[in-house]
Amino acid sequence: MSTTTAAQPRLTDVGPPSYDRFLPPIVKKNYGQWKYHENLAPGVLCHVAESGDRLYTVRAATSRLTSIQTIRFFAALADKYSGGYLRFTSRNNIEFLLTDKANIEPLKKELAAAGFPVGGTNNAISNIVHTQGWVHCHSAATDASGIVKAVMDALCDRFTHENLPAKLRIALACCLNMCGAVHCSDIAILGVHRRAPKINHETLPRVCEIPTLISSCPTGAIRPATFEGKPSVEVIEEQCMYCGNCYTVCPAMPLADAENDGLSIWVGGKVSNARSAPKFSKLAIPFIPNHPPRWPEVVEAVTKIVEVYAANAHKHERMGEWIERIGWPRFFQLTGFEFTRYHIDDFKHAGLTYARTAQIRY
Amino acid sequence: MAEDGNGRPKTELLDELEKGPWPSFVKEIKSACQTSEAPKDLLRQLELSYEERKGHWKHGGLVGVLGYGGGVIGRYSDLPEEFPKIAHFHTMRVNHPAGWFYTSDALRTICDIWERHGSGLTNVHGSTGDLILLGTTTDQLEPTFQELAKQGFDLGGSGSCVRTPSCCVGKARCEWACYDTMKLCYDLTMNYQDELHRPAFPYKFKFKCSGCANDCVAAVARADLSVIGTWKDDIQVNETEVSKYAAGGLDIQKEVCDLCPTKCMKWDGKILAIRNRECVHCMHCINVMPKALAPGKERGAVLLIGAKAPIMQGALLSSVLIPFVPAEELEETIKELVSRIWEFWQEYGNNRERVGELIQRVGMPAFLDAIGLDPVPEMVSAPRDNPYIFFQTNQGGEQ
Repeated sequence: MSTTTAAQPRLTDVGPPSYDRFLPPIVKKNYGQWKYHENLAPGVLCHVAESGDRLYTVRAATSRLTSIQTIRFFAALADKYSGGYLRFTSRNNIEFLLTDKANIEPLKKELAAAGFPVGGTNNAISNIVHTQGWVHCHSAATDASGIVKAVMDALCDRFTHENLPAKLRIALACCLNMCGAVHCSDIAILGVHRRAPKINHETLPRVCEIPTLISSCPTGAIRPATFEGKPSVEVIEEQCMYCGNCYTVCPAMPLADAENDGLSIWVGGKVSNARSAPKFSKLAIPFIPNHPPRWPEVVEAVTKIVEVYAANAHKHERMGEWIERIGWPRFFQLTGFEFTRYHIDDFKHAGLTYARTAQIRY
Repeated sequence: MAEDGNGRPKTELLDELEKGPWPSFVKEIKSACQTSEAPKDLLRQLELSYEERKGHWKHGGLVGVLGYGGGVIGRYSDLPEEFPKIAHFHTMRVNHPAGWFYTSDALRTICDIWERHGSGLTNVHGSTGDLILLGTTTDQLEPTFQELAKQGFDLGGSGSCVRTPSCCVGKARCEWACYDTMKLCYDLTMNYQDELHRPAFPYKFKFKCSGCANDCVAAVARADLSVIGTWKDDIQVNETEVSKYAAGGLDIQKEVCDLCPTKCMKWDGKILAIRNRECVHCMHCINVMPKALAPGKERGAVLLIGAKAPIMQGALLSSVLIPFVPAEELEETIKELVSRIWEFWQEYGNNRERVGELIQRVGMPAFLDAIGLDPVPEMVSAPRDNPYIFFQTNQGGEQ
């Protein structure tokens, strides 16, 4: 069914709609004139403008994977409580923008009744930024939505209460492509493959450009080879670190494998510049097998990290700042996670993470 | 596969994920079964993935809309005979409005289009920022696109192009926005429509605009060009409000001064003194006392270059390129700078080499030469500590 006819010229490059179209009147009036904000409750912010106007934000979690029925439900709530205006955050939360304070409680009630927890502000765990996983990705080493659901079911109270030492950001990516800022999160859950790609010599010459494929390997593990008289490649398996870049450029190099795919857990990253500079997340647990539907070992590990952090960090200290203060040996001791050879970097610039000092905590 | 009482497939493993307090994506997929057959096969295939612990999507193919090289991610089931309704299940990336603001009418318009042409499943939003329409067939791509375009929406970026720029809420609702993030994001998006829709680069190029150093859109970690708001003059102090915080029980010494990264603040119980020359504009003190402290008045942004995820030479954070650009000069400065960066990258970048990796390969000094930018000490955490210097001895005889 096409709606395009000769009478209606085809449109391209119209770009996104201007944000002007969607700003509530109170925002248009006070644009750039906000004075300060207050926290009225977890998930409820009040921004006060120079004009004295007050804008109330009610934030709730979504599952990111959202049906049109649920979006219409949110739209109806916005009509009822916030003049039809709403927005989403960079972490898959929905925010209703209210001018009438009296609407806050009824809106919260309706959200709660429909199963959308209100929270995610300040020193709470915000929603998990995540990727597609088995729902929609070809290179996934795990599912994304399922683990997020299981982890946040366990940590939901930390979303609806602001009782952590500082904000805590969790992200999940289902492979090393990391479609999500998992490399700079307080806690990162990262899907990993652990088996070299299985080469499909039959299809490879038809579907792949061999020089591009060879140059796609960060460690130079892919070499040209001939298979039954046809051009193909071979993989030096000891050199493969399972990044999957070859599979992205060549579908004849699949590396998914039920027994070897799974998760790794990383900690201590941040993107904010507050107090300390942005930092990468560091390896806490190199491998946990995939155990759908609820990944209990992943839930247990993440919960453990959150609880140890909550019990030990100082106020305002992000995960990475806390670990830098107490030292990594103490982090492993407190969490009970095993420190292994995999925790010591052996890729580029590896030496930068070696302890080059006699300053050691005993 | 057997069906449940409502005409949906039986999914014993996935049903476990309908339990618990957090919003359930399984419920969402089941809900979408009301308007499309595709989510039923999606449930069946996903249940199989949960049983086998393995994905069932084939490598993406090249599909799209006429005249664009991106905006659609081709996706095919590797079991098309078992799951015919998701044999094609392509993603459309819809460029979101800056700051992710919507009206209920705009959302309903998109839902209605997607009900007619697709699975009824979405992501609000994808990791780069686009509104993701998840799952449709090849023949529906063009009609969906044209209906969206008539309503003023367009596709976002995918592949080796300018990816959909994104920004924090900025001046719309934040007192800390040091420049107009939404305007910059929108203007850059409109200016680079051709580069966004028609991939012509070695690899992707991302812009992210954060209004202050709290960096709510993770620009420093995720953007090839990171625009992070800051100010040059003194932090604005409201002494009355400082006293109120102290009277209200805030331990200013412990929670503010002691945590300042350069220890540039002093609190004597009455006056909060700041040595602004030593302030690095990290935002901590302002975050803790939003009523009492505010960014200065001489506002603008730091431009940083080169962040990316690990593939392929390792993850990078962006590093400083221009320490301060006044807010009113940001857009022109960025456009001018980016044209020089792209010229060099398009000439020398390898296939699938992000700008950050190109800089690692050729070295920042060579990159600065190429884009005509003078080195300044703000670009480094420290000068080099090795003496292997490539002196440019062939440049103009004795000094």
